[in-house]
Amino acid sequence: MMQAALQHIRGRAELGMALFLLLLGAVVTIDAAQLPSSFAQRGPVGPAAVPFVVGVGLILTAFLLAVEVLRGRTADPEEGEDIDLSTGSDWRTVFMVVGVFLANTVLMEPLGWPISGALLFWGCAFAFGARRHIRNAVIGLVISFGTYFLFELVLGLSLPGGVLGGVL
Amino acid sequence: MDALSQLLQGFATAATPMNLVFAFAGVLLGTAIGVLPGIGPAMTVALLLPMTFGLDPTGSLIMFAGIYYGAMYGGSTTAILINAPGEASSVMTAIEGNLMARAGRAAQALATAAIGSFVAGTIATTLLVFTAPYIADIAIGIRPADYFAIMVLAFCAVTIMLGKSKVRGAAGLGIGLALGLIGLDPVTGQERMTYGVLELANGLDIVIIAVGLFAVGETLWVAAHLRRRPLDIIPVGRPWMSRDDWKRSWPAWIRGAFIGFPFGAIPAGGAELPTYLSYAAEKKLAKKPSMFGKGAIEGVAGPDSANNAAAAGVLVPLLTLGLPTSATAAVLLAGFQQFGIQPGPLLLDSEPELVWGLLASLFIANVLLVVLNLPLAPLWARLLRIPRHFLYAGILVFATLGVFSAGETFGLYVLLLLGLLGFAMRRFGIPLAPAIIGVILGPLAETQLRRALQLGDGDLSVLVTTPMSISIYTILILIVLATTLGGPIVRRIRRSKGTGHALVPEDKELAATAANTGTEDKAALDQVHQHR
Repeated sequence: MMQAALQHIRGRAELGMALFLLLLGAVVTIDAAQLPSSFAQRGPVGPAAVPFVVGVGLILTAFLLAVEVLRGRTADPEEGEDIDLSTGSDWRTVFMVVGVFLANTVLMEPLGWPISGALLFWGCAFAFGARRHIRNAVIGLVISFGTYFLFELVLGLSLPGGVLGGVL
Repeated sequence: MDALSQLLQGFATAATPMNLVFAFAGVLLGTAIGVLPGIGPAMTVALLLPMTFGLDPTGSLIMFAGIYYGAMYGGSTTAILINAPGEASSVMTAIEGNLMARAGRAAQALATAAIGSFVAGTIATTLLVFTAPYIADIAIGIRPADYFAIMVLAFCAVTIMLGKSKVRGAAGLGIGLALGLIGLDPVTGQERMTYGVLELANGLDIVIIAVGLFAVGETLWVAAHLRRRPLDIIPVGRPWMSRDDWKRSWPAWIRGAFIGFPFGAIPAGGAELPTYLSYAAEKKLAKKPSMFGKGAIEGVAGPDSANNAAAAGVLVPLLTLGLPTSATAAVLLAGFQQFGIQPGPLLLDSEPELVWGLLASLFIANVLLVVLNLPLAPLWARLLRIPRHFLYAGILVFATLGVFSAGETFGLYVLLLLGLLGFAMRRFGIPLAPAIIGVILGPLAETQLRRALQLGDGDLSVLVTTPMSISIYTILILIVLATTLGGPIVRRIRRSKGTGHALVPEDKELAATAANTGTEDKAALDQVHQHR
């Protein structure tokens, strides 16, 4: 019973993927339809032709996928060395990782990479279940400072220095 | 100049101290990364691409080649030691390899994989060196219509042959093609799907797409399903092989090399099919076939060699046609493009130093791999124990760094969206390789299509009038027919047991299953496991 109910929900969820493909196909097709014809066009096929084919193809795929799912032929989620599919999805960890990533994206310019990068490492390790906070923070700082100098001095690429910009 | 003297010149390029350091770093990094779970060669090269922008192109590409070869070997180490193949192409290595490891012969399994990689890699690289110039010569005469046909073949092959479901393969390809459309139209310069966003005008950087789908997508996917129980890792001693092991391994290595290379080299290949075929061949040819299912060394030596040889074969269409046939090859192509180099028939003439240096460094990488990996096997095994929270935190840090250098803060927001897309694709079994190939090949295919139609002055028939395009479309129709009709037939044969069975029925079915787009890989594996 439990198994069957779970299967049913999984099947439904995959219809969301079909919907995504449908929307993506619609976006591509509508964008193609709005392209003005250009004086720069040479040859019979303009800039809209290939997007039309891709868009219609996506819409078609969306319907085929929906049919496949409704017939009960649902997807096998990807397996891997660190993947355990026997339990449900751990959304808490996923949200934490996304949150930490967004925090770094917002803070990277004002705080600078040496600080935001260490936060990113520490936060992601925390989300994955690491609990030795001080040791993790030290490792995070070593990595963020190390990569900062590696990029600046060896690779010739610049990272935001932020509040430490004047000091480093 | 003939290939041999060109190759010697290449060795002069590759053997400079700086380039040797690059090759060494590549091999070491590649193996470590291949061993680590969740990180594949495509992701590694994508993460490193933006960081090498300021470096010398030859050295960087030599390093990428080392990573590519190293990651193949690292992947088989993981497969043998924890029976969890990271990619489809090491599934067959995992079967007998893990059985050997469980029987206390982990060291021998790793040794035959390492030496087999060396033997097959060297044979395949030699074949690459001597076939590439000829194919490049032929390729110069290839017209846009032919190019378009080859790319259509590659698209179809990647959707039909990869993965378990054709619809989901097509979905992956469609997503990739749609992402590839973003930016300026290559012919008229009109903006497509940019919605006035300045950062989108030049298209999405392939680094952002690859890192998003692979690295961030994988991190989120693991976050949702982290294995809390510790993995069962088998300890290894120093690898050495007995006389009997050698005697049983070397023919398998050589057969594997010759099975793997052609499959890698054709634009419809992929590395899984030759590993299935090699496994089946070894089982049929073995003196004691009963050993299969109990840890037969031939069953490790053959498929692993085939896998490595296919990896070298993939470089043939990449270098001579500019045509990537695997996800890693697609990212490598982006690496060439990053340095303003367009692989294709003219590459050998326009960049001889780079190409021959790269080819020579592949031989060097092979030697480095075997020299490093025999003594370092126990160390690699220990890498499997790295705490997962540090591993994935590290992946996220390097993903952020690489993408920030390529696309600033805007790139990071796109990266997260693509990471969520990668997560959804993993959850719903949509393969990533077609998406990456679609992003890279889509714009190239469109350019060739429109060029062909321009030359034909609007006549659509120009697409199917050259001998090459006719033969390619014929092959394509045959493949499609074989996979759509072949599947049900094979299944019917399997159901009606006892009819039409030849000498070794499982092998035939195994090979047929593999040819049949691998829809029932698991069933085939279970069959093999039942032999234990």
